[in-house]
Amino acid sequence: MQSPRIAIAKTPSSEPAARRAPSTPPNGQPAAGAADEAALAPRLRGARIIVEGLIKEGVDLIFGYPGGAILHVYDELYKVQDRLRHVLVRHEQGAVHAAEGYARATGKVGVAMVTSGPGATNVVTGLANALMDSTPIVVISGQVATTLIGNDAFQEADIVGITRPCTKYNYLVKRVEDLAPTIKEAFYLARSGRPGPVLIDIPKDVTAFEAPFLWPEKVELASYKPTVKGHPLQVKKAVDLMRQVDRAVLYVGGGVVNANAQPEVQELARRLNLPVTPTLMGLGSFPPNDPQSLGMLGMHGTYTANMAMAKADLIINIGARFDDRVTGRVDKFAVNAKKIHVDIDPSNVNKTVNVDVPIVGDAKHVLEQMLEMLPKSDPAPERKEWWAELREMQKRYPLRYQKRSDVIMPQKFFEELADLTRGRFICTTDVGQHQMWAAQYYPVDNGRNWLTSGGLGTMGYGLPAAVGAALSGTDQPVLCVTGDGSFQMCIQELATCVQESLNLKILVMNNRFLGMVRQWQELLYDRRYSEVGLKYFPDFVKIAEAYGATGLRAEKPEELRAVLEKGLNTPGTVLMDIIVHKETNVFPMIPGGAAHYEILLGPEDDEDAQPRELA
Amino acid sequence: MSSIPPSTRHVLSILVEDRYGELARIVGLFSGRGYNIDSLAVNQSLEPGMSRVVLTTRGDPSVVEQILKQVNKLVRVHKVRHLVGDGHLERELCVATVRAASPRAREELERVIKLTGARVLAFSASAFTVEVTGTSSDVEQFIELLRPLGVRDMVRSAPVALSRAGSEGEVQPAESAAQ
Repeated sequence: MQSPRIAIAKTPSSEPAARRAPSTPPNGQPAAGAADEAALAPRLRGARIIVEGLIKEGVDLIFGYPGGAILHVYDELYKVQDRLRHVLVRHEQGAVHAAEGYARATGKVGVAMVTSGPGATNVVTGLANALMDSTPIVVISGQVATTLIGNDAFQEADIVGITRPCTKYNYLVKRVEDLAPTIKEAFYLARSGRPGPVLIDIPKDVTAFEAPFLWPEKVELASYKPTVKGHPLQVKKAVDLMRQVDRAVLYVGGGVVNANAQPEVQELARRLNLPVTPTLMGLGSFPPNDPQSLGMLGMHGTYTANMAMAKADLIINIGARFDDRVTGRVDKFAVNAKKIHVDIDPSNVNKTVNVDVPIVGDAKHVLEQMLEMLPKSDPAPERKEWWAELREMQKRYPLRYQKRSDVIMPQKFFEELADLTRGRFICTTDVGQHQMWAAQYYPVDNGRNWLTSGGLGTMGYGLPAAVGAALSGTDQPVLCVTGDGSFQMCIQELATCVQESLNLKILVMNNRFLGMVRQWQELLYDRRYSEVGLKYFPDFVKIAEAYGATGLRAEKPEELRAVLEKGLNTPGTVLMDIIVHKETNVFPMIPGGAAHYEILLGPEDDEDAQPRELA
Repeated sequence: MSSIPPSTRHVLSILVEDRYGELARIVGLFSGRGYNIDSLAVNQSLEPGMSRVVLTTRGDPSVVEQILKQVNKLVRVHKVRHLVGDGHLERELCVATVRAASPRAREELERVIKLTGARVLAFSASAFTVEVTGTSSDVEQFIELLRPLGVRDMVRSAPVALSRAGSEGEVQPAESAAQ
């Protein structure tokens, strides 16, 4: 598919367009007042405007893959290599996930660039992923020339139509004059309010036309004004509740990470002596080993975290969205608890769960408002009985697993990894059992060090996201924890890792199964294992070596520690193939459709104590 | 959704920038999230560069709250109004061609026209094309009256709706959502 994209570069249809560019602005004259400014501004080709616009927005790194419709822009990229670095990935999906990884690790907008048609359709998964997890990215896609749009031209796809429901906003730029304001606006939309993905589709002739390069200083959109500060009366109501109600729990999500509100969450938790439970996307918002942390919430969250929600009288949700992986059966979710919900997106409020005190606003601002309203002289409430109850649960139902000496238990692998890395690494995951064990056992101390596909659950996210994180300018080494299934979905990005000499440690938790699907089939489909055993799997060590990376393998428990130590201390890109027990399940587990207190515990837990009904 | 809640008809009036793809965004939001559009009317508004979309949908209050918020969230949507109760007026247009072959039928047609305020747009030796405006039920009644006369063809527009002069019956979701 790749070489024909190059072939269309010099078709007659695109070349004359380039030559007749300067004289014919498609749509009349610029406004009288702007005329002087326009006369003074340098005239640039569309392709150059794109590149200069990116630089003006502070972009110094983009991920992409060239092709016919985007060639003019790649020609300009060639000329500005010293100011704007382009990293060539091996598949467009990888470019978007890398941009997402970069964005999550830095808090800046990640950028990907692709060509039209197949190049553009390959970004759909990444856009949907970024939309679900509120990650700010801008994707620039080439399009066939405006004169060809609608003709079923070579490598034409209606990507604006295709991506409309999986972007925060998208554009087809039909006039070269619109390029600069569109790029400015796209970055503003991507990073403001609830962050998300924005796609700009640019026809090839628009990249060839010339226009004065006028960069707008700011963006003003009458119809788009995200609420940042919480309504003071609502904040007051929330603060009063938090002081009055004893059995309260703080439930924190990805909004805290996006708002960089971790210090404020921690201060609120301290001053009110609140138990804290993060969602999958909120991991790292609160120190995992802090006594006030109950561990992760949700389908594979800790027993205590889920039961705390079930037994609380007040749930304080900061930047989470009552996702079905957290609530379980909605009509049975925390029925007795009053609920405070802080969310920057008004459409998240009362979407699945009705709340008592909704506050629309940015997590950091609202938390600051809350902290200001809390009387300084207030001693932290003791919440004695509540904490006693929670401590009892923690003691009775900690995370546990079967210890074995004949085979590497996956949880043991994660414990060892946690012990050796101690959260100093940026950790990306793929999707499945390994993701849940990583969430349970890997101590994430900063949300920007935890990159995972939460909402969409995209297998294949981990490796390219790690590429983005490793190139984010951080000094921290990067871990990519993946499974033998997920890893093969974007395995081609190993080439990018080696090409960029990334200090990246890939850990393949290899159970020779699509483990999470197998687990559901075991528990819910009477062990009818339908297409979950990978009947053929390649030798990952040899694959690593073939790509020019280092490959290591641990098959026996006694090899585990040594392999991890060696792999983590070997410079460059290292793949560690960790052969683990094949049929271990992730527990606790709340089966889909069950209430959030109907928690399945593992065989290691006391069978009699299996809680079925809420006490 | 275990049980289907009682759903009522709701009229939304949306002011959106008249730009490429914006109507598709609104319509796509409805289909993508499983809401239904019963009728849809779009045309220019008083403000230059802005279109007014009037659409009717069905749902219980929580569904409508979600719809209002989702539509309001669209970047180029400037205003969403939920038109409720007596606070607004609705009109739709119906154009029909009736045979009215016999003299008696023509007499009857004349009566219907007088009764409903309809207008003859065109006629030939064998048929009349008539138009009427009114609420949906007015139009339905009109069609029922014409039916015995032999309706050859009929077309109805989606209803348009506007707040009644002096009415307070408007809800703006952006402000209500925060509270």
